Amino acid sequence: MNAHSHAAKTTGPQNQGAVPTDIPAVSAEERALIERLRCGDEGAFVRLVSQHHNVLLRVARTFVPDRAVAEEVVQETWLGVLRGLESFEGRCSLKTWIFQILINRARTRGQREARTVPFSALADPELEKAHPAVDPSRFAGPDSDYPDHWSMAPRQWDRTPEQLLLSGECRAHIEQAIAGLPPVQRQVITLRDIQGWDNEEICNTLGISESNCRVLLHRARSRVRQVMEDYLGAKAS
Amino acid sequence: MLVKQQEMSCKELVELLTEYLEGKLPPADSLRFDEHLALCEGCRIYLDQMRTAIRTLGSLREESIPLQAKEDLLRVFRTWKT
Repeated sequence: MNAHSHAAKTTGPQNQGAVPTDIPAVSAEERALIERLRCGDEGAFVRLVSQHHNVLLRVARTFVPDRAVAEEVVQETWLGVLRGLESFEGRCSLKTWIFQILINRARTRGQREARTVPFSALADPELEKAHPAVDPSRFAGPDSDYPDHWSMAPRQWDRTPEQLLLSGECRAHIEQAIAGLPPVQRQVITLRDIQGWDNEEICNTLGISESNCRVLLHRARSRVRQVMEDYLGAKAS
Repeated sequence: MLVKQQEMSCKELVELLTEYLEGKLPPADSLRFDEHLALCEGCRIYLDQMRTAIRTLGSLREESIPLQAKEDLLRVFRTWKT
């Protein structure tokens, strides 16, 4: 099977209103890397795998609930990348292309196992539900002197992220909060805040608009902040 | 004609936070946001916590991949190039 034509489908009608396909995508560095891969350079492959493997796994897990299945999907993705490399045309960046292959595989796998709904159907319901960033009961009611201002304001945390993460427990809480997010929110916060992708890359890869991406990111971050606040027990009483 | 915009509430501010951090707030709202922030300690702390949350998420990134996975993939690569 030609992995590239398979991947290219992600820019088709199922991701309406999303992806500009004409982005000047492949950097000189990526082009050099692709050349080395085509020549069978193992070091180049190891570098590529090291760069993307973990996050591919994270994203795959948003489609299939089982870690073992997610690992298979990532394996299949790398195979698809190798098969498609010869015909890769660089209409999107190498990274976007790899993740498009992953998402196609993961979606197919998720559907086959009848455990997830089709990816394209997910972003919309996530956006429809109203979801305040902060529990509304923490703001003063309409009859107060300062309606909609804090009645239970947050308190300063006394630990830095580095100190927080020294506690494996805190890390586990944050990971759990991410795992509990709806799939597309989870994908967005993973790519943006954990991996440091920029918005355009995320929108191109996931096939969502920039404004939807921001809403999803906002909800996901708000949830993570809340979980951290609960964990730190720093909520004002 | 300049219309005096209504002051921002804390409840509104927490919903505009991501747009603010992304630099996507319209100038008028951005101004209201900054004005509110200057006067509200609770919201300054909230913003600070959100920045901390984002930094913490950034440090969840795992750089190393399991040796077994790496070896499996290398085997795949060697088969592919031959």
